[in-house]
Amino acid sequence: MASIEDRARSFISVLRHCQVLGITVEQADEKGLVLRLPYSESIVGNPVTGVVHGGAITTLMDTCCGISTVCFLPEFEICPTLDLRIDYMRPADPNKAIFGFAECYRITPAIIFTRGVAYQSSKQEPIAHVVGTFMRMGKPDKQGQLSRTMDGGAA
Amino acid sequence: MRLEAADIEKLVRQAHDSGDYAPLVAAIPYARLIGVKVEPMGEEVLFRLPISKDNIGNPVLPAIHGGVIAGFMEQAALLHLMIFMKSPNFPKIIDFSIDYLRAGLNKDTYATCQVWRQGRRVGNVAITAWQTRSNEPIATARAHFKLD
Repeated sequence: MASIEDRARSFISVLRHCQVLGITVEQADEKGLVLRLPYSESIVGNPVTGVVHGGAITTLMDTCCGISTVCFLPEFEICPTLDLRIDYMRPADPNKAIFGFAECYRITPAIIFTRGVAYQSSKQEPIAHVVGTFMRMGKPDKQGQLSRTMDGGAA
Repeated sequence: MRLEAADIEKLVRQAHDSGDYAPLVAAIPYARLIGVKVEPMGEEVLFRLPISKDNIGNPVLPAIHGGVIAGFMEQAALLHLMIFMKSPNFPKIIDFSIDYLRAGLNKDTYATCQVWRQGRRVGNVAITAWQTRSNEPIATARAHFKLD
């Protein structure tokens, strides 16, 4: 079985839109997942201030909460998002990367509860707090190819 | 490329006068990246996100990335507020909450907004997104924006 970090990297690598945004795995272990979203002009939401669009941060955090499941589940499972809430503490500084941290704080046979923060210089000064709920679909049959890619780290 | 506040005010004013929001949307890099379109319908406005392979998340279905659906709905709410308040400023997002109801398949996606409350400082907007039929939403969301 591949390491948690390898599985997280494989997962990210198949998500086309994450490749477009340049999202990468910064750290992944049994405590949670950290992803990195580089600053770029193409994700600016306010062309006057250069502040990144909330949508890019939502994509970072939806991905981070979703993939944090590989840090806590023994095998890869497809886990679609049921809901996601983001509270913005402050606008992100332009020209600086944004990091997302997420962890699963409760896992039931059917549901996974995740939470996390988006930050720039320090996790202690979050730009946003996030909670997300995911559904467990069990071990995928139809998605067997994807499952093998994640668990085997062959991608 | 940075725009001056006055440039945006001009774009917004021209959009309000002509009813053509394409030049304003084109000035917002993220809206351009995912491909947001504004389609006036009578006195209402429909937002459209055309099919794009760059917006895909799950490659197996394939399905639009949930974050793109959320970003599209947030952008729709923001433009909706600007259009109906005739505001020259970008409202600032305070919080955003989304419920995913169905997979967003690789099809055109539509969104409409409803302003439930518009105070002096804060606005509350509900957003509904669908693909095949408006009464079968793929996601519903609500957001608060700071308006000043």
